[in-house]
Amino acid sequence: MKSLKSTLAGSVVFAAIATAALSAEDTIKVGVLHSLSGTMAISETTLKDTMLMLIDQQNAKGGLLGKQLEAVVVDPASDWPLFAEKARELLTVHEVDVIFGNWTSVSRKSVLPVIEELNGLLFYPVQYEGEESSKNVFYTGAAPNQQAIPATDYFLEELGVEKFALLGTDYVYPRTTNNILESYLKQKGIADADIFVNYTPFGHSDWSKIVSDVVALGEDGKKVGVISTINGDANIGFYKELAAAGVSADDIPVVAFSVGEEELSGLDTANLVGHLAAWNYFQSADTDVNAEFVETWKATMGDERVTNDPMEAHFIGFNMWVNAATEAGSTEVDAVRAAMYGQEFPNLTGGTAVMLPNHHLAKPVLIGEIQEDGQFDIISETDVVPGDAWTDFLPESAVLKSDWKDLGCGMYNTETESCVQTLSNY
Amino acid sequence: MLRLFLAGLAILFACLNANAQDGGLQPILQDHQEIIVKSSRKTIKPAIDALAASGLPQAQVMLETWVAKDMWMRKSDGLFFAGKMAEGRSYELTDFDTGKVVGTFEKSDLKQLKPNSGVRAMIGTALVQFQLTDPDRKKRLAALKSIQRDPEGALLEPLRASIEDEPDVDLKAQKQRLERLLTIGYDEDVAARVAAIEEMSNDLGVDVRAALNPLVATSRKTAADLPSDVNVAIILEPGSEALSRDDAYHLLVASDLAAPHVLPDDIRLALAANIDGGRVGGVPVAQLNKTTARAQAYSTLAEAGIVPALVTEADIDMALGAHVFFETYAEPSVEVTAAAEKALKKIERKVGLNQTLDLTLDAVSLASIYFLAAIGLAITFGVMGVINMAHGEFIMMGAYTGYVVQQYVPDHTVSIIVAIPMAFAVTFAMGVAMERLVIRWLYARPLETLLATFGISIALQQLAKNIFGTQARPLTAPGWLDGAWVMNDVVSISYIRIAIFVLALIFLGMFLYIMKRTRLGLEMRAVTQNPRMAGSMGINPGRVNMLTFGLGSGIAGIAGVAIGLFAKVTSDLGNDYIVQSFMTVVVGGVGNIWGALAGAGMIGFLQKGIEWMNPSNTLAAQTYMIIFIIIFIQFRPRGIIALKGRAAGD
Amino acid sequence: MERSFVAKNPSVLVFLTILSLFTLGVTVLSEGFGIGVISTSFVKTLGKTLCLCLIAVAMDLVWGFTGILSLGHFAFFGLGGYMIGMWLMYERTRLIVVESLSQADIPPTPAEVVDAIGTQIFGVVGSSEFPLIWSFSHSLTLQLILVVVVPGLLALIFGWLAFRSRVTGVYLSILTQAMTLALALYLFQNDSGLRGNNGLSGLQNLPGVTVSQDVVSLWFLWASALALGLGYMLAAWIVSGKFGSVLRGIRDNEARVRFLGYSVEAYKLAVFTLTACIAAIAGALYYPQAGIINPEEMAPIASIYLAVWVAIGGRGRLYGAVIGAAFVSLLSTWFTGGQAPDIPLGFYTIKWVDWWQVLLGVSFVLVTLFAPQGIGGLFDLYSNQRHPDRHGANLGPDEGALREKEASL
Repeated sequence: MKSLKSTLAGSVVFAAIATAALSAEDTIKVGVLHSLSGTMAISETTLKDTMLMLIDQQNAKGGLLGKQLEAVVVDPASDWPLFAEKARELLTVHEVDVIFGNWTSVSRKSVLPVIEELNGLLFYPVQYEGEESSKNVFYTGAAPNQQAIPATDYFLEELGVEKFALLGTDYVYPRTTNNILESYLKQKGIADADIFVNYTPFGHSDWSKIVSDVVALGEDGKKVGVISTINGDANIGFYKELAAAGVSADDIPVVAFSVGEEELSGLDTANLVGHLAAWNYFQSADTDVNAEFVETWKATMGDERVTNDPMEAHFIGFNMWVNAATEAGSTEVDAVRAAMYGQEFPNLTGGTAVMLPNHHLAKPVLIGEIQEDGQFDIISETDVVPGDAWTDFLPESAVLKSDWKDLGCGMYNTETESCVQTLSNY
Repeated sequence: MLRLFLAGLAILFACLNANAQDGGLQPILQDHQEIIVKSSRKTIKPAIDALAASGLPQAQVMLETWVAKDMWMRKSDGLFFAGKMAEGRSYELTDFDTGKVVGTFEKSDLKQLKPNSGVRAMIGTALVQFQLTDPDRKKRLAALKSIQRDPEGALLEPLRASIEDEPDVDLKAQKQRLERLLTIGYDEDVAARVAAIEEMSNDLGVDVRAALNPLVATSRKTAADLPSDVNVAIILEPGSEALSRDDAYHLLVASDLAAPHVLPDDIRLALAANIDGGRVGGVPVAQLNKTTARAQAYSTLAEAGIVPALVTEADIDMALGAHVFFETYAEPSVEVTAAAEKALKKIERKVGLNQTLDLTLDAVSLASIYFLAAIGLAITFGVMGVINMAHGEFIMMGAYTGYVVQQYVPDHTVSIIVAIPMAFAVTFAMGVAMERLVIRWLYARPLETLLATFGISIALQQLAKNIFGTQARPLTAPGWLDGAWVMNDVVSISYIRIAIFVLALIFLGMFLYIMKRTRLGLEMRAVTQNPRMAGSMGINPGRVNMLTFGLGSGIAGIAGVAIGLFAKVTSDLGNDYIVQSFMTVVVGGVGNIWGALAGAGMIGFLQKGIEWMNPSNTLAAQTYMIIFIIIFIQFRPRGIIALKGRAAGD
Repeated sequence: MERSFVAKNPSVLVFLTILSLFTLGVTVLSEGFGIGVISTSFVKTLGKTLCLCLIAVAMDLVWGFTGILSLGHFAFFGLGGYMIGMWLMYERTRLIVVESLSQADIPPTPAEVVDAIGTQIFGVVGSSEFPLIWSFSHSLTLQLILVVVVPGLLALIFGWLAFRSRVTGVYLSILTQAMTLALALYLFQNDSGLRGNNGLSGLQNLPGVTVSQDVVSLWFLWASALALGLGYMLAAWIVSGKFGSVLRGIRDNEARVRFLGYSVEAYKLAVFTLTACIAAIAGALYYPQAGIINPEEMAPIASIYLAVWVAIGGRGRLYGAVIGAAFVSLLSTWFTGGQAPDIPLGFYTIKWVDWWQVLLGVSFVLVTLFAPQGIGGLFDLYSNQRHPDRHGANLGPDEGALREKEASL
């Protein structure tokens, strides 16, 4: 009946749909919700390929629960409302058991109501701004305290930076992250006047004035550091201008939260050596599992392709899901979710990632310096940092915590000891 | 117990120290093994100090090796060596003290030490004493850089000593300048400092301001009476513009000199804590959803002494009246601060002028980029009246041509020289094909040209994605275009922008030449003004239109190479420029190259001007610029330079 | 004797019949009704498509009949969505906040409730203050009025400025495009107070409504169908009367109409503003179905697509616009959904996800070149509608008008 329903659904308008929607009952369906066209395709296509590779690997190992896995790939085309529509389609028409997808925060916010309404399961692999905890989403990327805060600590303590330029693309991740950082820096005794904030549009290319503004910050004798949440290909122009202005990493270090191996592949990094990035994963991590992962990736996709942090997040998320489903003996969402808490899986960078009851991972944070070959040299690794959904550095969210396992609440006010809401307010 | 332990430690330390002197570097390194491995700026200082103070000649080599990330630790015994990559994953280790090769080891048996840039800077500072008089010019330069980065009083003497014997004129000048800067901050003689300040007060360098600004940094304080032992910068009156009443009171609260305000949140918490049988201070809890009721309940509680009373205006007045508010310099010497203030004022005026110049350069550069992007459009849209929405994609194709050429021609200079005509050829051919196949059927229907070319635009974008993938592709400028032309620390512009500016000028000249001096140009002007008349004069309008469109497209292709060099090469590169290009042409005035130039100039200057007024939000600058353009067009619908008479068409 | 409105426009009756049959059919087959042959996500898609058809009708009115190629109507569409979205977000959040605050020891003051709503809505973009433009968001009635008033006012001011200075043709298109871009960029800024790039989300959940989306999707389908029906009738009525004749006159030769004594600017302004309002209503119905509205929706490219739909469907006939919008947007959904089967060519497999845009682009070109009448032109074959024989002369005096040869293709 179910497959009939889905078949008919499409055929009302397009008869041809039937062939595609005809599904065999003996597979477990995994939804892949990444943009394959539009502006975000640059980042998200890689993740789709990662998922297909992981699913193939799992099938080669004998699948899951005695069944083969089947990837259902849809293209939300970097169109945020389309994400919601496609998520609904995945859950109701294709009836997938889990979705791996999304990159931008806004696409996640678009998908959230649908996933919560239909009780789906989403694995979100990208570093994000936090301030959210949905029952139906597992956040395998870094929360601000797993990327931004350690990087800022590194600036303060290791590099002795006293004056900060927070440069970001004008959207929610940089806005919230910079907000948290501003508040954090003030707690650390950095004066208001020593924090310079600038927001640029997506794909900005004219950086000369901003770079000279940053250089001019050094005029009161304090060491200047740049924290960059500049997104996507705007980075190319930014780094080119930085290199042209002769800004050396020793004078004004730049730490980026959105620049990984993938972004650097569009750049000549000779002039950027020494600038930093903070991630949970770098391709240069020196472990056997990582060597194997990189090798498989290059064998599948071509030798010039690189691996990056969100790929590792999908790697861990997917394997945790497989293990949880095996443990639960079913792919039913609630059973899998219960089995997810406390799941452990080895990081590609060494050590073990643990899934916390707040749907975030506990992972170490790495800081790498850009090298001439476009790779990162890992120069600092923190202890394991548990991801925090609600940041402790903003007054409104400092009192909130998320615990789906025991409290059954994603937004629990510890001050009033009550659950603010169980569904997200997007 | 503790004393015993400390004594033991002291003896141990003494032994080790003695050992260190005759045993070379390795024992010192072993002493500090833990912190060296940890390699944190906060803890590493003792190790670096010990190494620098050891007086051993090999310390310099060792520190340099460390900075270069070439120092390795053997895991088996924790000894440190200089490592050199040998075959495969193994490294050849050399002892620091003896300089002899100890052997080759597998990477897995070793640990590489990677000092972060904070630690590297500290090592650099420690190296200064060795490097200042090093025969190698590069190392002396490195020493100066280190001093510049982390100026320290202790470095003043060695620096002064090294100036005399400096053989290199250029370095000597740098050393003298650096000596002046260090004198400003660290000399003990006030007169010498004042003299140095005055001497440097004509210098625009960021480092000069960096030396002067800390001297005049002030902090705001309050006290019952003005203390006599501080260097007071200014006395502030509460309620004045410089210090509002609120700020003054906050300062008092922060200095524990007054009671803090009771905030609404505090009231709520206090009330919640004092619920007594469904009532707080006599008011039923259910009524506490009004501010007045809450205030009443709170004042009852305050009267009972359960909670702190609200701070009233009278309290504030009294507290403010009882204290003085002032700003003090951290620098104790009045002469120095006065001289520094004076010097800074002088410098600031010059900096302001230079910043204006820098902004102008930025604006010119942005204008030349817009002009370059729009010049092709000035031909196809401005002269022919064809709305080519695929213009951006021609720019994109030019950029990708540059990328492809670079794949085959590794030398960047040659590849750019090849890429420019290649890009022209590719987009010229594409433009001609498009004109022949699509546009010529639509000359009578300009609005439909818009739709058809839009279709071509999205098809081309997707094709580029299918062929080149969605990742940004590198298009690297030749080495001689790296870097920037630096006039002083304020005014600089990157060579690549200068190159784009020159390219824009060349195109302007070329365009003028073609239009005014060649037969093609004459025919173009004739055909665009009156195709039938031109046809009857023996001109083939079809051919002319084709060539004109090809020319416009070809120029877009070259612009693509230039834009790719300074920004990025992606399939949606064209989107960023298409609307701006149209606006450039429309604002400037259609049908006239000077119009496009004026339009680009206006947009460039306007955008930079708005950015300057609101430096924290570049997006706002773009928004307001477009709004300005919309309003501008209301007043000059035909653009800045409007064609008159018959040439205007209608 | 005046013929009745319907008799003069038989297509209106046909259209309304088809529309009601369609709505009825979808309702019966939907999950909300119980049979469930059509999935809820597809009902939503269909509902949204109806809204797109409505804005296409508006576009046809302004472009097909009056000859103003506006590349800004999606801006009005988006503004309508924002206006309704503000109330939806405010009210939904208010319910959550009141519920959560009622657990506290002390009942909240109204100011505290508003503050808490602000924190919830704007916390994610790093603020908690309500910007001024949210002043009316507590009231559904006021926001519903704003749905029409705000875009209408913008259109009125912009149109007045533009038409007054006689900006026409391609220049007007570029100017409207600039307006759209400016608006989109403005909304992109976090400081604009509408949550920047994130926009307003979760709009599909109506405050206080607990029934499932299966049913809610039907409500919106009905509302959209009703709006489309009414909008279509209004448009048909406008173009069939004397007003419509003047509009067509303006399209064909503005100068002559002006010399005949008509206030061309007033006519243009009226149509521009009216269609902006229709677009806004379409948007207000569209975004609660889409679930999220953000500035990207108003990017200039969306308005160009709108023009393309109308062109493919056939300009100058209202049903053409509807067909174009429905056809292209549904086809687009099908191709990007990954449902279209790949075509193996042996040496290369055509994946539609990669090639759909190319196909779409090429088809625009083909339609403009070879079928300027669009899909709607097919109906002429049946209805034997013939164009007046002018012996090869232009149909209209303007250069932009179709030549007879083209018109009869």
